[in-house]
This record gives sequence, structure tokens and C-alpha cells, in this order.
Amino acid sequence: MSIEKQYILEARAINKYFTEPVRFHVLKDLNFKVKKGEFVSIMGKSGCGKSTLLYILSTMDTQYEGELYLNGSLVTGKPGKELAYVRNAEIGFVFQFHYLLPEFSVLENVMLPAKKLGLKNTEQIREDAIENLSLLGIEHLATQRASRISGGEKQRVAIARALINEPSIIMGDEPTGNLDSHNSNVVFDILKELCQEKQLSLLVVTHDLDFANKTDRIIEMADGMIINQSLPFSTE
Amino acid sequence: MNWSVILGISKTHLLSRKKQSAIAALGVTFGIGTFITLASFMTGLNGLLDGLILNRTPHIRLYNEIAPSEQQPVELLDEFSESFNLVRSVKPKRSLQRIHNALPIMNQLKNDPRVRGVIPQVQSSVHYLAGSIHLNGIVNGTNVLDEVRLFNLNDYIVEGSASSLARNINAIILGAGVADKLSLKIGDRIQIRSSNGAIFPLKIVGLYQSGLADIDNVQSYVNLSTAQRLQGEGKHYITDLNLKLYDIEEAPGMASALSESLDITALDIKTANAQFEAGTDIRNLITYAVSITLLIVAGFGIYNILNMMIYEKMNDIAILKATGFSGNDVKYIFISQAMLIGIIGGALGLLIGSGLAHLIDQVPFEVDALPTLKTFPVNHDPNFYLIGIIFALFATFFAGYLPASKARKIDPVDIIRGQ
Repeated sequence: MSIEKQYILEARAINKYFTEPVRFHVLKDLNFKVKKGEFVSIMGKSGCGKSTLLYILSTMDTQYEGELYLNGSLVTGKPGKELAYVRNAEIGFVFQFHYLLPEFSVLENVMLPAKKLGLKNTEQIREDAIENLSLLGIEHLATQRASRISGGEKQRVAIARALINEPSIIMGDEPTGNLDSHNSNVVFDILKELCQEKQLSLLVVTHDLDFANKTDRIIEMADGMIINQSLPFSTE
Repeated sequence: MNWSVILGISKTHLLSRKKQSAIAALGVTFGIGTFITLASFMTGLNGLLDGLILNRTPHIRLYNEIAPSEQQPVELLDEFSESFNLVRSVKPKRSLQRIHNALPIMNQLKNDPRVRGVIPQVQSSVHYLAGSIHLNGIVNGTNVLDEVRLFNLNDYIVEGSASSLARNINAIILGAGVADKLSLKIGDRIQIRSSNGAIFPLKIVGLYQSGLADIDNVQSYVNLSTAQRLQGEGKHYITDLNLKLYDIEEAPGMASALSESLDITALDIKTANAQFEAGTDIRNLITYAVSITLLIVAGFGIYNILNMMIYEKMNDIAILKATGFSGNDVKYIFISQAMLIGIIGGALGLLIGSGLAHLIDQVPFEVDALPTLKTFPVNHDPNFYLIGIIFALFATFFAGYLPASKARKIDPVDIIRGQ
């Protein structure tokens, strides 16, 4: 157990089937681990099951076989309410399509998960949120409505929100997939910096080979299986 | 459960769609407002119609009915007890019209805790005289101040007053129909001939109009002692005892007990006005049926709008769930939105309902049959407001509950994958 402790995330023998429209084996016996402070990317062709895997790892999808450990404790089979707490406290999300609440201000979007967690009072949460926004260089947008800012800015707000509860791991589903190369680089740099400075683990699904090559490790998938868990291609 | 966060999200959702929220709230407002207006107005009218008869009718009336003896003398004889006796052409027994021992009975009833008041009456048929014209009529000798207190006689005295009758034993309050026919007015004198031929001049101190022409054309009120003098009898002569109880529901039981113990006819209000009560029940039923329909329609309006809102908010629901809000949190967010709509719309509905009810209360409404009525009758019963707001909360809760439960079950993966 003491060895496993240093792993933030561990997947053991994950199998997943789709039953609609026909029974289909999507994920086949996946095993891997993510260390503390490690920046991991998952690559693979469309339909290879990498997004499906991410939803399982994020605890949102519970229809799978196998075991999932987060910070050394088993999360598989926990009731929905506890899983919601795990997502709230331990996992930060960044999606391809930003997914901010459009009617709320940028600041409120960032504050919301912390308010839900309820460990700090509103004033402290507000300070943390502004600090996160300034870390990402967008504190001037705090009072803007989330629907009024640009795509790159939205993605940075989403990162600020993912960080608000100081999670152990941040998961991203093509976080740069919707951005131009400039913004893409900005987002990558931010993530990389967080990884190094805060010893945060990162697990990112991506199509972008350039992006993946800059990460610590690439998990390459094909047809629902891991075919390679190598170091980045460029450093091989 | 962190309610301030949930309510904060609900508030933002509602405020960011002001028009839609306002329409949903107005649906409730309309439902509750019309419910209160309708209920106040309808029950006001019902109360008026009830009052027309019920307020004027004694809960129990004790009198001697003229009827044939139930047992004929032949049946009391032992020789004929085994035989089949047939008596033809049975005539009613001559009996006292007055109530035997009326004053002791009255005192006993006055001490009964169920009884609010007892009024002794002397009914005598008379002729109103105007020159050579003799008009049939009934003079009701009564304790007029008690009549006012227990049976709202004042509401039906269109001119003059009951108290001026109480002060003068040679006075009369004349039925409005009689006064019209004989073209008499307050201050005039009228001659009355009693059934035994004596003629009394009485001063008219008031005009009485019940709204029922058959009564107004014959009936007049005098003091009890005046009526006793008309009959040529003393103060023990009392033909009717009218009882008003605290609880009208006790009338039938008490009437049969009295009839048994006093050997007297006791007519209770329920028996006397059975068909009237059925009418009241049906009108109440219609009022409530229409009101509840209105409220249910408002409930469906809220259901529709929330249902639509949830389809619009699929992304929000997914993101809330992904960032750690549980299914129940999401459910409460939408239920609380429905409840907020219900509270605001309902409160506004109470105000509008109250305003409309008071407006109707001011609308002039005069009919000859109801002399004291100047405006539409409206019943400002606080219970309607209570029912209204409780229903608003219930209806919005259930209207919100179904869509909110749907939102609780939404799988965020489906939404995120679907993008």
C-alpha cells in the first residue's frame, strides 16, 4: 500500500461495454497509474475509447468493470453522492467546449465548486478565485458574464475553476481542441507550470501530437487497448 | 445541503430569464388571484342568499299545530282493543293555540347552554282597515329588540327603526307591501281589526321589507304586549317560541327532544329548509370546482415552463454534476426555482385577488328585493388567502418536482459526449 500511496490515480482491469445499439467491448482490460505531479496525455484515434476512459476515471461514468483508485482509496462502487463529493474535492475538469455557466459571471463560475464544498467562507473563496484568475492572467474578466468572453479566455476560466478546490488531479478532455495554436500554447504552458509548481497531476485526452509530445508520458490507445505507455516520442 | 449556494444558482437562473420567469409567476398570480376573487364573490353571494332565509328563520320553532288526535277515543276502550275500528271523517281536535306554560318553558330554555336566545311571539291574523277596504294580514307580536339581536330584523327595516317600536306600545312596523297598497307612510296611523272584532289604531314607526313579496304584503311587527291586547289575552298568551342556538347543527336533535318532552310541535331549521341547504351545497361545490380548475391550469403552466427550462439548461446540469454537485443538489435547484415562482406569483396573486375582491365590494348593486344591499356582497374570509397560498406552494412544488427529478437523473456523460 505504501508504494501505491504515491500514485494519485490507479486503474485496474477496466472493462467497459456499450449495449446500444449492439453490445460492443469498448475498453479492454486497461491498467495504468498516474504519479503525483505527473503530466500524462492519452492519445489515440477517434473511437478508440479514450474519452470513454476519461469519463470512467472522472467517476461520472459508473457502468464499468474493474477497479479505480484515487489517492489510494477505492472509488468504484461508491454511491452517487460520495462520487459527487470526490469530483468536487479531488478532481478538476477542463473540457473541450469550456462548459461555463453562461448566465453567471466569470468569478461566480470559478467560485461555485468551492461554495459547494463549503470548507471556506465566501470571502476566502472570492480571494482564492481572484488569485487563480490572476495566476492565469484574466483577473480583469472577473465581473464579465461567462457568455461574453472569448474561447481562449473561457478555457482559462475553466482551468481556474478546476483549481479552486486544490484537487489532486486535473483531467482534460481535449482542453485545447477548440483553440487556435496561440491559445493552445498558452493553455499548455499554464497546465505545465501548475504541474511543476503545485505538484499537480494532469491527465489530458488529446488529438494534438505537438501537445502530447510536450507532456511527461503518453498513453497510446487503439481499439480499446493501451498499446504503448511510453515517454514522449520526441525524447525516445 | 448548502442552501445558500442552491438558492443563489436558482436566483441567477430565474433572473437571467426574466420574461420567462415572469410569465410562469403570472400564471400562478392569475390562478390564485381569480381563485380569491371568485371564492370571495361566490361565497359572498351564497352568504347573502343563505342569510335571506336562514338568518331570518329560527333554528327551532315551538308552537301548537292544529292536527287531528292520533288516538281516537274508541281505541282507548278495552272492549274494542281486539277489533278493527274505523272512524270516518276525523276532525282536528280543538286545542289551545297558545303554548301551555309558555313562560316557565321559556325560562328553562334561556338557561340551556346550547341556546343563544328565545323570543316569545304572538301571531294573530288581522285586517288592515282603510276606509271600506279590509286587507288581510298577520301581525307578529314579538320582543323587537331581541329580534334585532338574534334575527337581524334591522336589515329589513327600510324606514324608521326597531327601537322606536320598542318604546311605544301603540306602534307598528308595517310591511312595505301593505304600506304601498294603502299609501301610508311613517308617522301615519293605521286601524287594525283583530279576529275578535276589536279595532286598534296604531302609529306607523317603521316599514319592513323582507324581499319576499308574499310576506311584505301581509306581515307587520308590533310589541308582544300589543299583540296580546289585540287577542284580548294576558301576558301568558304566547303562540310561538323561536329559538336561536349557538350551533345550528344541534337543531334537529334538540327539536325532537323538545317535542317529546313538552308535547309540542318543534320545527327545526334543517327540516324546514332542506331543499335550501342542498342549493347552498351545490353552489359551494361549483365555486370550488371552478377555483381548483383555475389553480390546476396554473400548475400546468409552471410545469411546462420548467420542463422547457431544463432542456435549455442541459449543459448547465452536466457541468454542475461534473464539478461535484450531486443529483439531489440539481433537483433542489430546480424545485427551488419552482417554489420561488410559486411564492412570488402566489403573493402577487393574493394582492391582486384582494384588490379585485375589494373592487367588486364597491360596485353598486341594488335590487328591490334586498333593501339593505347597496353593493355586491363579498366575503373577505382570510381562509381563502390561506388556501390560495398553500395551493400555490403545493402546485408549484409538484409542477417543479417532475422536471426536477428528470434533471436529477440526467447523465452528464451523455451531455458532454453529445457536444
